[in-house]
Amino acid sequence: MKKNISYLVLTLFFVFIFSVFYIGLEKPNFYTPKIINNKSLEEFNSTELFSNKEFNSREIIKNNKFTIINIWSSWCAPCRLEHSALMKLSEKTNLNIIGLNYKDKKTNAIKFLNELGNPFSKILIDPDGIISISIGAYGVPETFILNKNSKIIQKYIGPLTNDNILEILKIIE
Amino acid sequence: MIKLFKIILLISILILSFQKILFAKNNSLLVDKISKNLRCLICQGQSVYDSQSDFAVSMKLLIKNKIESGESEDQIYEYLKNQYGEWIVYDPEFNKKNLILWIFPLILFIFGGLLIYRKVFIN
Repeated sequence: MKKNISYLVLTLFFVFIFSVFYIGLEKPNFYTPKIINNKSLEEFNSTELFSNKEFNSREIIKNNKFTIINIWSSWCAPCRLEHSALMKLSEKTNLNIIGLNYKDKKTNAIKFLNELGNPFSKILIDPDGIISISIGAYGVPETFILNKNSKIIQKYIGPLTNDNILEILKIIE
Repeated sequence: MIKLFKIILLISILILSFQKILFAKNNSLLVDKISKNLRCLICQGQSVYDSQSDFAVSMKLLIKNKIESGESEDQIYEYLKNQYGEWIVYDPEFNKKNLILWIFPLILFIFGGLLIYRKVFIN
């Protein structure tokens, strides 16, 4: 009887271990960043690309119902891909779209905009990437939608797709 | 008198500059320590310290700035956890989700100990 119980316990133990490992193996093991919404955007100061004027993030955001911050760079290929989507967005709406120019050269950034158009109402520069890190970005491109209290309503990591644009249009309606 | 004054001046300059070097060195050691405890979120299996990706390079700069502005190690971890979630630190917190992971080795240890105790002292 005692032996039977210990066999049972042992079997249950192995079944448990097996199922834990099995479930673990079945789970995809690539990491997708958890998107934390409804958080306040960290305040930052930066200079504007064209005018070299200093701006505060809160000042820019507070006068608009919604603001989009798009982190981009001329050397980033996916940014080139999503640029048409941003252009569409800027043409369709009068959204406040702020570009955050990530680790870029001014001449290259301007060349990029001359070639593909400028959807941004302001472009702030982030020469060493610190601002992007401080607002919780992973890299380029990345897009934040904020309300006027600097709360992050939605965040897109990677290039914006047409579906994302539709989603954004729905949010700002 | 002037000679003495010059010597004192020289010594104080030396001490000050040495202190500054020491301070900078301490700071960079702290940056290394913190960045070794942080996961580079866009690289696979590397710490921020090991990685040369844009993300990690900027992260190290940010940590350095934060230390220079007087923030403590814990404050920096808290800040980053708030921005990126708990996944960024290598040391997992004790919570409901990973309770079994923390407790299980302990249970095994006690269980094994009991088994050995029974074998040696009771039989």
